[in-house]
Formats: sequence, C-alpha cells, structure tokens
Amino acid sequence: MIRETLFTPKEEEETTRGGFGEGLLRAGELNPRVVALCADLTDSVRMDLFKAKFPTRFFEMGITEQAMSGLASGMAGFGYIPFMASYAAFSPGRNWEQIRTTICYNNVPVKVIGAHTGLSAGPDGATHQAIEDIALMRMIPNMQVFVPCDYVEARVITEHVATTPFPSYIRLTREKTPIILPDSYVWNHGKANVLSVPQKKDGGQFMYNVGIIACGPVVYEALKAAKLLEKEGVGATVVNMAQIKPLDTAFLLRFVKDIRTVITVEEHQIAGGLGSAVAEFLSEHHPVTVARIGIEDRFGQSGKLQELHEEYGLTAKHIADKVRMIVK
Amino acid sequence: MHSLTDVEVQALTLRAEDIRESVIKMLVEAGSGHTAGSLGMADIFTALYFRIINHNPRHPEWVQRDRVILSNGHIAPILYATMAHAGYFSISELKTLRKFGSRLQGHPHKGTLPGIETSSGPLGSGLSQAIGMALMDRLENHRPERYFYCCMGDGEINEGQVWESFLLLNKYKLSKVISIIDRNTIQIDGYTEDVLPLESLKDKLESFNFHVVEIDGHNFKDIVQAVGMAKSTLDRPTVIIAHTIPGKGVTAFEGDYRWHGKAPSIEEGKSALKELRSLRGKVKYGEL
Repeated sequence: MIRETLFTPKEEEETTRGGFGEGLLRAGELNPRVVALCADLTDSVRMDLFKAKFPTRFFEMGITEQAMSGLASGMAGFGYIPFMASYAAFSPGRNWEQIRTTICYNNVPVKVIGAHTGLSAGPDGATHQAIEDIALMRMIPNMQVFVPCDYVEARVITEHVATTPFPSYIRLTREKTPIILPDSYVWNHGKANVLSVPQKKDGGQFMYNVGIIACGPVVYEALKAAKLLEKEGVGATVVNMAQIKPLDTAFLLRFVKDIRTVITVEEHQIAGGLGSAVAEFLSEHHPVTVARIGIEDRFGQSGKLQELHEEYGLTAKHIADKVRMIVK
Repeated sequence: MHSLTDVEVQALTLRAEDIRESVIKMLVEAGSGHTAGSLGMADIFTALYFRIINHNPRHPEWVQRDRVILSNGHIAPILYATMAHAGYFSISELKTLRKFGSRLQGHPHKGTLPGIETSSGPLGSGLSQAIGMALMDRLENHRPERYFYCCMGDGEINEGQVWESFLLLNKYKLSKVISIIDRNTIQIDGYTEDVLPLESLKDKLESFNFHVVEIDGHNFKDIVQAVGMAKSTLDRPTVIIAHTIPGKGVTAFEGDYRWHGKAPSIEEGKSALKELRSLRGKVKYGEL
C-alpha cells in the first residue's frame, strides 16, 4: 500500500518532523492532558504549531536536556502526557540516564522526540547527526521505539503514542523526503507493513527472492532498489518496519518461511538498530541469511544528504549491489 | 501552622529515635547501605511525615497529597523507615531492605512500593521532577492545595542537572516547591569543601532569587518554622539549607564521611542501638 504519486512526476516531499508537528497539534486537541516541552529548538522540531495553539501547555526549557527529562517525568507522574523534543544528538544523547531512571524505570508515559537523526542534519556535521539513538533507546526496558518512514507516518505515530501509557521514542529527520504512504494510512499497531511484492511480468518465478526490511526515510531507497533488482530477475519484497520495539516478531517468522535472505536498511549504526533487532530474533528462532545495511562504525560528516548517502552506502544502488553480492 | 510546643517537640524527638533505631536495624540486616545521611535526615523526615505534610498512608495515591520527592535516593533507609512508622506498611517489612524480592529496593523504585513518588539513585534528578509536578499543579490552578518537597543532598548539588533545575525553578517561580538541602558537608570521597567546594551556598542560591532559609536540621521548631515561612512566601520558591550532622545520634558515626556509604556491622549496630536507646531513658548509656 504505497501512495499513488510515489515514483511519478507528481511525487510529493515533506519532512517527518513536519508530520510530528501536525500530529502533536491533533493530539493536543483531542486530549487536554497532552503537554509539550522543548529545549530551545521549538520551530526546528515543529512544536511551534502546538505552542501557538496551546501556549499554557507548552514549556520552553532553554538548553537543559537533562532537567527537561526530569520535568517531563514529573509531569507524567502527575497524570499528563508530555512530549519532550530536541535534536536526538542531545536528547536522548545527553540525557540517556535521566530517560532510563526517571522515565523508563518509573514507567511513565513520556514521549521522547529525537529530531535531526541519521545523516539528515547534513551540513551540521557529525556532532549533530544522531546515528546511535535507536540503540540507546532500544536497550531500555519499557521503552517503545518508533521510526516513521515519512511525513504521514510521523503524524500517525505521534497521534498513536499520545494515547498509550508507555514511554516512547520517535525518531525524526530534518530533510524533506518523499511521502511514501497514502493519506488514508492508519496506524497498524506496530505490525510490519509490506509495501511492495515483486511480480514477474510473465507470471513465472524469480530466480532469487529476498526481503528488504527498512525503517525511516531510507525505505524509499529500498523501494527503488527493489525496482532495479526486479529487472535483473531478483524478486525483492520491501517491508516498512516502523516500530522497532516491541518488534513484530510474528511477522518475521512468517516472512522467512518463504524468503531465506533478509536485508535490513537503516540510516543508523548497523550495531544496535533495526538490523540488530531483526538479526537477534531470527538467529535464535529461525536462522536465515541476514545482511545489515547501515553506517558501519563511523561518524558522519558535513555534506548534502544525497552526498552522505553515497559515502555511507545508503542509496538504492548500494542496496541493490549488496543484494546481488549475497544472492550470486 | 503554629509553632511547636515543648510537648510536641518531645513527641517528635522520641518518634525520630524510634525511626533511627529502625534505620540501624535494617542496615545491619541488609549488610550494606548508607548510614550517615539516613541518620542525619531522621529529624527532617520525622517532621515531614508526622507534622508537616498532608498525606494518607492508607491511600498512598490520594490525589490531594503533598509530594515528597527524595532526590538523593541512597538515603532510602530513612524514607522507608519513616513511611513504615507512619503506617504505609508494616515495620517488620523493613528487614527486607535490599533483599531479593523486596519492595524496599536498594534505591527507591516508583511502582514497587506505594508512596514512592519517583525512582532515584543517580543524583540530581529530583528537583526537576518536583518542578514538572508543580507546573502541572499550576495548570490545575493549585486545586486542591498541594506542596512539593524535594529532599536533596549537598554533594548531589555537584550535578549539572541541579543547576539547570535552579534556572528553571527561578524562571517559573514555583512557590509550592520547597527544596530541602541536607547540608551535612560530606560526600563519598571526603568533605564537600575538599571534593568540590559549594560555599558560599546561600549566596549562590540567593542569586537565583530564591527565598533561602538556613536551619539546624535537628531542631524541630526550626524545621517546622522554616516550612511555615516557605508556605507564606508566595512570590518565589524557598530553599531550606538544613545543617545536619551525618550519622546523627550515634557518636561513632557522627561527622565521619567514611560512614556515607557503609552499613554498621552487627557489633557496631548493637552499640549504636544501645546509645540510641539510652536517649529514651530505657537503659543508661554504656550498660547492657
């Protein structure tokens, strides 16, 4: 189920942080106990919409990521649903222990919003490119972890987490990226979403079948890679795994019954992210070949997003190359 | 809140001695834990739970309750002992401190033991949580009336998060937040002024535009009066610097930073209890 305009001249682009801003506004309208905190990046993380509509429920923290986590924990303990936002390099980068102890160990419904993740902080360079955040959040008990692939999914996930009693982390990006999902998309409660199934024109079988499981805006690159591979006789099913924790393991078990080769794609260190989560589960429960595509134990650097995708091997071409290497 | 009569002071003093006894017993039984700060804060916790706060031990989640946020979670023994004596749970459960399956975790855990407002242990996080709660209380127009007591250690103020919180506390001018700093001058590696000097602490806090009160943290009249002054200060938050003696009540422990993070042995516990009981006139010091 992908958007009709995708891969057409009418393809639309928007940011996941924009989707979050819309979703937060909607959540705030639906529930007066939704409040928001921001560490001096209000417009950048798109909390400006909420702030304008609900000025008394918005709290400007200044640059205090650690105290912000404590305030959010106190608010949640008092019966509210706080969304706290900054760039992910700083939150959850700097305040990991506060998130661990006062949010996750307390088990209160604070929603941690990490913006400018992956390489999307582009020109800002390595200091601002959070590429370890999924790992940081995934390790903490009680925390749920979400990686929306586009504007629509970011909006829908934001509205969803506002209704749950769990600590949650949502991973957002800076740059405009293609809108992959249709406006009618509704949250499927963490179920893996099969976006495209390859079909041979003559109705026959592919010589090889692989599954590409991706998260975040690089799902778009995965879809393009599948198109490249299809022409070469390799059938690649593309799955969007927007919820990393808890992971849809029931899906994985079904998926690998037919497809014995899985490739994961994420704009994150290959250690600790989506690829790790998938490999950890499958290696114990249904071992198949798993190859992880991501950033390989390096820091980022300044550059345009496209240049960085080339450098770190996250383009459709890189993904297709990796698949070719595995199947042949 | 009227000032305390001598009879009331006497009753609180005896109560605090009972609670100190429990602290010694539970630490000896546990074999590890933090002795000095727990004994040093015994009078303040007794005053809070038996005189000052609005609470209902039979209904720990009562929405109108004042919140006591223990930021320096390592002095959990004094929190647990005071809560048990106040009726939150049975005094016999104190023996389970730090043991497998106990609700009395080595450092407090919100959710395991009703009445614990937050998990703490890693230092510096309590004040920010009190601020978060008080901001939501303000959203609710302070109805019903509630206060937010944040107990911190002085060594704890080394943490940057505390200073972030001071900035925010000043920004929001939350007069319902009453911070109590246990100024016992010790931390694990030594005396606070050797490890990382805090003085002049009062000047530093006043520069944040707080209402700062310095008290003798073992004087019940002082404690109750300081909280009364805090409640009548409506335009800004109050910080109470409570000068206490670490290990208060047991001569062998008093003022010695080495007792910050260790528990008495059985022998040390016995002699500590002997000394504490002598204060009640049950036995004379040195006998038994």
